[in-house]
Amino acid sequence: MIDQTMTKGKFLTLSGLEPLVVTPESNFINVGERTNVTGSRKFLRLIKEENYTEALEVARHQVEGGAQILDVNMDEGMLDGVQAMTTFLNLIASEPDISRIPIMIDSSKWEIIEAGLKVVQGKSVVNSISLKEGEEVFIHHAKLVKRYGAAVVVMAFDEDGQADTYERRIQICERSYRILVDVVKFPPQDIIFDPNIFPVATGMEEHRKNALDFFNATKWIRENLPFANVSGGVSNVSFSFRGNDIVREAMHASFLYHAIRHGMNLGIVNPAMLEVYDEVDKELLTLVEDVFFDRRDDATERLLDFAETVKNNKKDESVAVQEWRNNSLQERITHALVKGIDTFIVEDVEEARKSVKKPIEVIEGHLMIGMNVVGDLFGSGKMFLPQVVKSARVMKKAVAYLQPFIEAQKEGKVEFSGKILMATVKGDVHDIGKNIVSVVLGCNNYEIVDLGVMVPPEKIIETAIAEKVDIIGLSGLITPSLDEMVYVSKEMKKKNLDIPLIIGGATTSRAHTVVKIAPNYNHTVVHINDASRAVTVVGNLLQKNNAIYKEQIREEYDKFRDQFLKRTKEKEYISIEQARQNKLRIDWNTSEIVRPKHLGIQVLEDFDLKKLEPYLDWSPFFRSWDLHGRYPDILEDEVVGEQAKELFRDAKKLLARIFDEKLLKARAVFGLFPANTINDDDVEVEASDRSGKSENPITFLTLRQQSKKREGVPNIALADFIAPKSSGRQDYIGAFCVSAGFGTDELAKQFEKNHDDYNAIMIKAMADRLAEAFAEYLHKEVRTNYWGYAKNENFTNEELIREDYKGIRPAPGYPACPDHLEKPTIWKLLKVKETIGVELTEGLAMWPAASVSGYYFANPDAKYFGLGKIAEDQLKDYAKRRQLPEDEAAKWLSPSLSPF
Amino acid sequence: MVLDGAMGTMLQRYNFTEEDYRGERFKDYPHPLKGNNDLLSITQPQAIAEVHRKYFEAGADIVETNTFSGTTIGMADYHMEGLVHELNYESAKIARQVADAFTKATPHQPRFVAGSIGPTNKTASLSPDVNRPEYRAVTFDELRIAYKQQVESLIDGGVDVLLVETIFDTLNAKACLFAIEEVKEERNIDIPIMVSGTITDASGRTLSGQTVEAFLASVSHVPLLSVGFNCALGAEQLKPYLQRLSHETDFYTSAYPNAGLPNAFGEYDQSAKQMQVLVEDYLKDGLINIIGGCCGTTPDHIRAIAEVAKKYKPRKIQAETGIT
Repeated sequence: MIDQTMTKGKFLTLSGLEPLVVTPESNFINVGERTNVTGSRKFLRLIKEENYTEALEVARHQVEGGAQILDVNMDEGMLDGVQAMTTFLNLIASEPDISRIPIMIDSSKWEIIEAGLKVVQGKSVVNSISLKEGEEVFIHHAKLVKRYGAAVVVMAFDEDGQADTYERRIQICERSYRILVDVVKFPPQDIIFDPNIFPVATGMEEHRKNALDFFNATKWIRENLPFANVSGGVSNVSFSFRGNDIVREAMHASFLYHAIRHGMNLGIVNPAMLEVYDEVDKELLTLVEDVFFDRRDDATERLLDFAETVKNNKKDESVAVQEWRNNSLQERITHALVKGIDTFIVEDVEEARKSVKKPIEVIEGHLMIGMNVVGDLFGSGKMFLPQVVKSARVMKKAVAYLQPFIEAQKEGKVEFSGKILMATVKGDVHDIGKNIVSVVLGCNNYEIVDLGVMVPPEKIIETAIAEKVDIIGLSGLITPSLDEMVYVSKEMKKKNLDIPLIIGGATTSRAHTVVKIAPNYNHTVVHINDASRAVTVVGNLLQKNNAIYKEQIREEYDKFRDQFLKRTKEKEYISIEQARQNKLRIDWNTSEIVRPKHLGIQVLEDFDLKKLEPYLDWSPFFRSWDLHGRYPDILEDEVVGEQAKELFRDAKKLLARIFDEKLLKARAVFGLFPANTINDDDVEVEASDRSGKSENPITFLTLRQQSKKREGVPNIALADFIAPKSSGRQDYIGAFCVSAGFGTDELAKQFEKNHDDYNAIMIKAMADRLAEAFAEYLHKEVRTNYWGYAKNENFTNEELIREDYKGIRPAPGYPACPDHLEKPTIWKLLKVKETIGVELTEGLAMWPAASVSGYYFANPDAKYFGLGKIAEDQLKDYAKRRQLPEDEAAKWLSPSLSPF
Repeated sequence: MVLDGAMGTMLQRYNFTEEDYRGERFKDYPHPLKGNNDLLSITQPQAIAEVHRKYFEAGADIVETNTFSGTTIGMADYHMEGLVHELNYESAKIARQVADAFTKATPHQPRFVAGSIGPTNKTASLSPDVNRPEYRAVTFDELRIAYKQQVESLIDGGVDVLLVETIFDTLNAKACLFAIEEVKEERNIDIPIMVSGTITDASGRTLSGQTVEAFLASVSHVPLLSVGFNCALGAEQLKPYLQRLSHETDFYTSAYPNAGLPNAFGEYDQSAKQMQVLVEDYLKDGLINIIGGCCGTTPDHIRAIAEVAKKYKPRKIQAETGIT
């Protein structure tokens, strides 16, 4: 038995930024396994593409999903494992909400393990070492693991191979334990044995005891090797049932249940592939456990037979439909809400209405019961965003049906859990994210007061007071919205509000919220990066004893701010003069300059959207629904694949309608003009009108990178891509604006009127994608035809998305040119408003929102880059060039100013 | 046990000029040297010895060598990487000689020398470049090699204990502990190790983001004489973290806080008397085994602390798994 007198120092204690102590009272410790290239095709792809941003999201998702240790594995032939492990763990170290949990450094190659050990400050776990290569190597590795300060997973493996019987398991584990404890002086509590989980029900006679032997070996280890822990990878056990999720999930549930009872205290389980033990079909459970415990000679055959009967269940929808319609009323309503099926909801709700005294009881009873199930499933990561939005559609339809009955009885209002004001701030028109959050919160029984887009601060504050809202949510996509949010927070303080403020939207960041917004307001400010977090945060804020949560947030933010400010100070900048000295120097004597075939302005009216289909980049579309991954792989993703497929089908359906019924209108204007760089950073453009008549020259102002670069790396500005006047060579520049958004708002409103938020959001997301595709299409036309410098290029859509082509089309408001004030210049040059009707708001967002504008640069050396932060001297210089007071210039450029 | 107080604060009182820092030997050195306090062990050894003497006189049992920045990484600022061995060796010898003289005079109270090992001015687990979070200005191996050199020189110079202190990034400390374990193995010796982290502010975490308990878990793989905290906070602000540490560890605990928090001019103005009251609080609660002072503390502070420390028994370790 385990020694009950052991002291606290004898428990496995790990740490990231926070400690993890594994005591006998601890529940099973779950190791997150999605950041493992051998186990996740998606993660492998992200690492191969060096898409570390999304790779980090995978890690974050694991932590938020409740992983207590993060397994990181970079063992793949095509990867530089040492480099990938180092880079990824360094990146994790910069994300406090990921690095708070300990890391499991997982590799079969010692050099990768050691690389990992050299970059984690916490106490991590090495996975794994074993006696495979003999005692000498084993001792050497164990000594180093100890010296680096990590715990270790020891595989039941020796010179003769992997342990596959009970006897071999305990023999190898005992031998390993004795060497570790007696020779290496390894702390016994830091040893975690992995006694090998092997597949069962394979049909092979020698596999019959695989599960039983594991259980018994686990029990033996826990009773005979003091303080040692036991771990395992659970999904192995069901390997022979791949493709049959019902059986696999039941097997995992049962295996985990029994393994824990035998003493396994940590391990790797995919929560998406796990049924609740009590919920497993009792017949199936018996069959599974007959196999695990080797209780019958025909156990395997019986499980296989059963598996055949459930194999196609999920696919055979027509039968399933029939079946769920036979369930009780409540079950039918819950099913409809969870699955997002609105076909029968009105008849079910009508039946429910007849069964109660007051119609409102249907909402408070039947429907809320169903929505609570949705909320729980979503909260535990078992449902995904598009599904929840579909649930909301069903809910809305049901409520709309009941509304007239409720009003007829005048029985007052529905009890909500809280009231939340949502607004896209002044100057900004983007609302997809805000609408998704509204719908998700609406689903969770919050009353939403949606003020729409371009909402001035006074209106936000007035409404908040008049409506007595519990939380204010601000959203925005373009960078000037960041400043607007700062302003709103200051106004809220002036008006002495004490309502918590939630910040979200694509350009918002935790850093900005913490450093720029939170200090202005005496009350709680929280940044939310995706809709799935909104429910938890709002729930925490509105619980009765929320003081602790609020205090936690504040502490966390204060800390983050300090660290952030300390870090930004270390960044080095050079003067703007020095930066200009170090500009990108293209050799203008030899550089290729092609005179455009068609100079001047061109307009495309009522463009046939169907032509854009091949140019659609779907990955950002999935991202806007919080489904992360690259198209088309995302359709096959283990976790979100099903949802992605369904969303994709719905999008295609709507797209077909857009094409066939011509629901949206697309227009474009673009122009190509002679131009030269003057005064280092300005581009002087010879403007002309549509008839070709020349007009006063127009000047584009570009901003120059100012952070200190490595030797030989230039400080780039867009102006560097255009020949300077002093070179004596005539160069050219282009500008464009495309929109696919005409009609979007009307359609969205129509959908909303029919309680169909799902399609209301979908149409906006589709319009955005079409606008981007339009920009892609037009750029290609310009390259190959109108300008004609790349007549023979022939790229696939993937290559286009990867930006393999020659020349660039940077857009104001994006990394190469964060200055939105360039948009009015483009508008003036191309007469955008007059020709195609796209307008600029006060905050310089484009209206309709599904529009893209930018410049064309044709030089072969032109490339996309990020400006980074600029210093005060460039701001002063810029204000002079822009003829603006300095504080106004600072306001527009504030996201690019250093420090912050 | 009582540890000494600040070296830097004491050295400020000498108002050494650039010429004093240079001394005769570095008269023509091509780089400015003022501020390189470690160098004073070579150019002004009598001043260093005097500071050690004053702390022993005040009642300290242990003094720290004047080697806080004595690694190739710390000395790179002054282009003096080549001097690292000599700095550490000489600093250790100065402290050794002073300690031995005191021990000889009062054999019932032996005096000890702790080799001070600072954190360096670079962080192994934080990027100095916001735009490149994966970048590191220093690697584990660079730190390990630099620390190893310092450790060997300190041991050669005769220190009794190694004090890895002012840890703001635990990964730096782990590299140092790794180096110490290497030296111990290679020389087949054992030397006690003290570890002292720094809680940077009221967040209760190290600069690299760890909580007290996480920090403790990250350094406990090496047999330590003591673990504790120093710098950044005054005795009052440090107390809650010491309580947590004391509760969690079976090693001895140490604390040498600053003389309060700095005022608007960056000066420490907590008096010896004020600090004594706060330290007595630690002692009453049985939180610590080793106590001293960091920034802003002087022999007066140490005298006051030593006085009050006499009245109390050191903290009891709860289990017998600690180092004896």
